[in-house]
Amino acid sequence: MNLIVDVALTHVRSRARQTLVAVAGVATGVGFSIMMAALMEGSQEDFIRQLVNALPHITVSDERRIPPKQPAEAAFDAAEIYNLTPEVRRRGIKNPLATMASLEAWLPGYVAPSVNVQAIIRYGSRDVGTTIFGIDPRREPNVSELVNQIRQGSLRALYTATNAIILGDRLAEKIGAQLGANVTVQTSDGARINAQVVGTFHAGVRSVDEGTAYALVRTAQILAQQTGLVNELRVRVTDPMQARDVSTRIESEIGYKSVSWQEAHEDLLSTFIIRNVIMYTIVGAILLVASFGTYNIISTITHEKARDIAIMKSLGLSERTLRTMFVVEALIIGFAGGCLGFVLGYLLCIALGSIEFKSPFMDTNRIPLAYSALHYAIAMFAALASSFAAGFMPARKAAHVNPVDIIRGAT
Amino acid sequence: MRQEQTAVGERPASGVPTPLIEARGVTRILPGIVPTTLVHDIDLKIAHNEFVAVTGPSGSGKSSLLYLLGLLDMPTEGEVRIRGKATVHMSEEERAFTRLSELGFVFQFHFLLPEFSSLDNIVLPMRALGRLSRAEMRERAAGLLDSLDLADHRHKRPDQLSGGQRQRVAVARALANDPPVILADEPTGSLDSKSSEQVFQVLRDLVDQNAKTIVAVTHDIDLAERMDRRVHLMDGGIASDD
Repeated sequence: MNLIVDVALTHVRSRARQTLVAVAGVATGVGFSIMMAALMEGSQEDFIRQLVNALPHITVSDERRIPPKQPAEAAFDAAEIYNLTPEVRRRGIKNPLATMASLEAWLPGYVAPSVNVQAIIRYGSRDVGTTIFGIDPRREPNVSELVNQIRQGSLRALYTATNAIILGDRLAEKIGAQLGANVTVQTSDGARINAQVVGTFHAGVRSVDEGTAYALVRTAQILAQQTGLVNELRVRVTDPMQARDVSTRIESEIGYKSVSWQEAHEDLLSTFIIRNVIMYTIVGAILLVASFGTYNIISTITHEKARDIAIMKSLGLSERTLRTMFVVEALIIGFAGGCLGFVLGYLLCIALGSIEFKSPFMDTNRIPLAYSALHYAIAMFAALASSFAAGFMPARKAAHVNPVDIIRGAT
Repeated sequence: MRQEQTAVGERPASGVPTPLIEARGVTRILPGIVPTTLVHDIDLKIAHNEFVAVTGPSGSGKSSLLYLLGLLDMPTEGEVRIRGKATVHMSEEERAFTRLSELGFVFQFHFLLPEFSSLDNIVLPMRALGRLSRAEMRERAAGLLDSLDLADHRHKRPDQLSGGQRQRVAVARALANDPPVILADEPTGSLDSKSSEQVFQVLRDLVDQNAKTIVAVTHDIDLAERMDRRVHLMDGGIASDD
């Protein structure tokens, strides 16, 4: 084996320019494969972040998937009952704290409560219809992007006043309320409170920024007149793709209707499939092209060595030894090219990631990239596999050739 | 001379000397639309310590016969025996090993590996055989170069040597594993008269002083006359053997 490695290394070293071209060819393929993989996966992750993580992965609402039986249906053994007035049930998820604790015992993620109530916010002579979400500021950052969307104040500031409220920035602008302003919040049921503006947020969606406000759960419960109940539990799971399974289990355990983001947005799923197909097609194509480049360069070198193969065969080196020798030579070039390609790929990613886009419509102003060891491993594997094939096939062919043919040809 | 050499050939228990190389009814036909016969029905015995010239006009099958005797090519019919051992059923690995240990080749062109120094070119077959330690290999290679008056050229690559020097390095490489037989295909064919004489003298000394057996293909009648035995080929067959 030492002889094989030594001869391979001598070939690689002594033909420095050719080796350098081959290594550079492999490195280019590997480097651009890594860059493309980082770009495509980064784009995918950004897509998930933008579209899926902006929503709760799972929403548990205060409804039942199958409407509960009415008392009359339970009392009478009838095929159908007409014209009954349904029983009025108090809406809301009961015992939210206990429910959340039971979910947190097994849930691969986080859960946070919310109370939704429609209200009018009035400041001075201006009033605007608003959806007020009662939230828990300690749990909220785990399930939504709200904490990152705060422009003034903070989520924790909701604890600083008796009835504190955070407004969408366009809503605040519309009614002319500044930080510290006291606004009046009134529901259609007549509940009314005075609240102090402790912050503003910008979600980037006009309808949300113009018509949404956040308050503490208990403040919203007062407005909704449903003390001790919440309307929704919002869940964020570690792996968004597991949301459907987790959602099914939540519903089976607590009985309330639990809707995963996949169920709520079936259209997103088909988009994901298409994006995945595009991503793997492009990365696969790049790897394939790079592999052909590697194969081309290394097989040319091996072909050029056909005479040396014949000479060594005439000296008594076996076909297997010669094949192995040129495969090792190809692998040395492939490995060196792969390592150089790592550096090139990383630098390309850094360069690509440093490009800044300035747009008033985008919060993300840099190209999203994903850095993953898997990209490097796959690119190296492809480089070594194509190098192996590029060394093996021509070397096998050359080793099979009768050395006499080459010796006669050379003379 | 020939009979003397036969007398010192290896003798089996039966007492009949075993030829070092023997061709029995060897025929080589190149397949094709019109098959070409390179040699046909060759019977030839080469004994230990012979210096044999294979002569004949171009296309008479001299080199083809040499390649068949050296197991570089396989006969279409007949067989080649090395030290009495049939080679026709040998695997590729076995034939390669026989070439490595029993035979040394010198071609018209040196066919040295261009990336390797003279010393490394000689060490290569030794390493492939693996009988000596690394130090012993280098010592033996250096000794061979010294004996061929190439002591100052150990670390030069082939492109830094003259034609005669390259051919002598090729002879040294053929001797690397101390094979009993050297097969030379026009060893002086590409050399000027001075270098040609030098190389011939090296081969002559190998027979006279080192008891090697040499089969050399040559066009040069004068050179052939200075060898111990001449096998003359004509149209793929042996025309004379004296």
